[in-house]
Amino acid sequence: MTTIVKPVNARRSISIPWGHIFLWILATLGAVVAVYRLFYGLGAATNLSDGRPWGLWISFDVVTGVALAAGGFTIGFIVKILHLKRFYPILRPTILTAFLGYVIAASSVVLDIGLPWRIWHPLVYQNFHSPMLEVALCVMTYTTVLALEVSDPFFEGMGWKSAKRVVEVFMIPLMVLGVVLSTMHQSSLGTLFVLASKRVFGLWKTGYLPLLFFISAVAVGLAMTILEANFAASAYDMDAEQDLLGDLGLYAAWVLLTYLVIKISTLVGSGGVRDLWSGGINNVLYFVEVIGGIILPMILLFIPSIRKSRKALFRTAWIVVLGVVLNRLDVSFFGFAGTPYIPTWMEWAINISMISAAILFYDFFVRHFPIFNNEH
Amino acid sequence: MGNKTLDRREFLKIAGASVGGLLLTAGGAAAAESSKTGDGIKSVPNGYAMLYDATKCVGCRACQTACREANHTPPELDVTGNYDEPMDLSGDTWTLIKLYKDPSESSFVKKQCMHCIDPACVTACPLGALHITPEGAVAYHQDICFGCRYCMVACPFEVPRYQWRSVTPYIQKCDFCVSNGRLEHGETPACVVACPTGALKFGTRPELLSEAHERIKKETNTYVDHIFGEHEAGGTHALYLSAVPFEKLGFPKLNDTPYPAKITIPLDIGVPGIIVGMTTFATGTYFVTGRKEERTKKEETHDNDS
Repeated sequence: MTTIVKPVNARRSISIPWGHIFLWILATLGAVVAVYRLFYGLGAATNLSDGRPWGLWISFDVVTGVALAAGGFTIGFIVKILHLKRFYPILRPTILTAFLGYVIAASSVVLDIGLPWRIWHPLVYQNFHSPMLEVALCVMTYTTVLALEVSDPFFEGMGWKSAKRVVEVFMIPLMVLGVVLSTMHQSSLGTLFVLASKRVFGLWKTGYLPLLFFISAVAVGLAMTILEANFAASAYDMDAEQDLLGDLGLYAAWVLLTYLVIKISTLVGSGGVRDLWSGGINNVLYFVEVIGGIILPMILLFIPSIRKSRKALFRTAWIVVLGVVLNRLDVSFFGFAGTPYIPTWMEWAINISMISAAILFYDFFVRHFPIFNNEH
Repeated sequence: MGNKTLDRREFLKIAGASVGGLLLTAGGAAAAESSKTGDGIKSVPNGYAMLYDATKCVGCRACQTACREANHTPPELDVTGNYDEPMDLSGDTWTLIKLYKDPSESSFVKKQCMHCIDPACVTACPLGALHITPEGAVAYHQDICFGCRYCMVACPFEVPRYQWRSVTPYIQKCDFCVSNGRLEHGETPACVVACPTGALKFGTRPELLSEAHERIKKETNTYVDHIFGEHEAGGTHALYLSAVPFEKLGFPKLNDTPYPAKITIPLDIGVPGIIVGMTTFATGTYFVTGRKEERTKKEETHDNDS
């Protein structure tokens, strides 16, 4: 008995996990707010109104969150479909974070819709002309696909060999399905705002929004993979595979160049150019997004010495991520017409708590299952 | 005049539908066909319509009260608690009379659902809760809706409203008195019956359009030479005549393209294209790069052997 208890006690006396405690407090707070929202309704918990039907949860957790979770299908494509096996070490951690990202997006939707207990309705009632149905079905299916992909290291860790073998058989089809589903809903998140173009500001209003959303999702997917590899390396005391990450950075540069060319041509094509100098906050945001969020990191990523330096690459990846985050918020939040809206503290609390819970889960999973160390 | 434009639009619709149909069959028509609520999305261009003549409205708001009675919506009281004074459309108010006034001119205007021929909200609704009735009205199945509020975001007139204070909230808007059964029983909507001045008229859309054109022709000095809703966003079933420019009455400036047409390409061509194209591309790439990898492996072992 004592032999078991002793090391645990010894470990506790060494350091109190303040970070964990803090995250647990945040996560619990959000859970309480979620219960409040369920029992008192959207009007009580949020600042949404008839003039502003979508707010923080849709803009940040769904529209932005899903883009940030694009690393899952990007790296899946690179490793499993392009057979670039050298990227294998970052496959599992990236897929795990993508899975958690989608769980956050899905949970936000559950709280955001007026009647959460009807979340299954898209499986039964379907209007196939609606981009929202496509997003709903794709996110549901893809979250399941990611769960199955994550189940591979889970079964491996549990030592359930036969279950792992079954999942492994389906791994390639799952990766293909993931790429197809991601292409569909990453782009149809843009389609959402084509039908709702009346609310989108001129600089972001274009029929090519689906294409732009998809390409920028690939760029941010690559950048997120670089970030996650670095986070993991410093938190769990491991080597970041700098050569690999540098190559991802170069891919990202080319994707950004494509994105930039299409973005500028659609701006010219849609006549949005006349809004460039209209002199509002949206103009500033647009210039920050395009110059700071696309052109700057693109140039930096084309420079070999930047890609070779861990710190420089890490920072540049951050710029790419922030640029895409700003783009999604520009389309769905800042440049989105409606009555003035500031989220309530409860809306923020839900947001922060879900991210905290995801970090706790990630930490737990990484410690107990072969995410970083595996036999491949 | 009116008939000619109708003919042209009809032709365009048929032409568009046949081209779209061909592409759909090419790209996989299964998705479109398996839609359970497919019927509710078909437009009824010559359905029932309502003509509101702002020059005849005296702002008595009898329509507002009649709407409350017919649809059992609670009043929105002012600060004194004595008057029903809604400020705008809301979850409780499906129609209201607003006043526009500037130093030179003034006019009343009736706010309500425009009942578009090709409604953005119906296309937006993922579940088919919003649908077009055979009469041409845009109505709502509250048992299907799960509250994503995309209809509110998509509607160019910002008509659908939500019951924000409720724990079981639903979308609320005028449905031409379909849900209360009036239209079904051959009665005209409650607001039309209540109107004492003839500012509101109910009938089929072609009928009302020709009447509206007639009124403009007869009294060119009174009316703005425009029927709001004849062409806007592909045409609506709520038609408006006014002496004051429509922008002043709070109507958005819209072109004639129906909102759903904006997403035809990404949805009807893009989605089947992605499904077929991406699956082929990903699977093909998998096998091509896989074979290449095998070959390099073999060469490596070969090199080692020799």
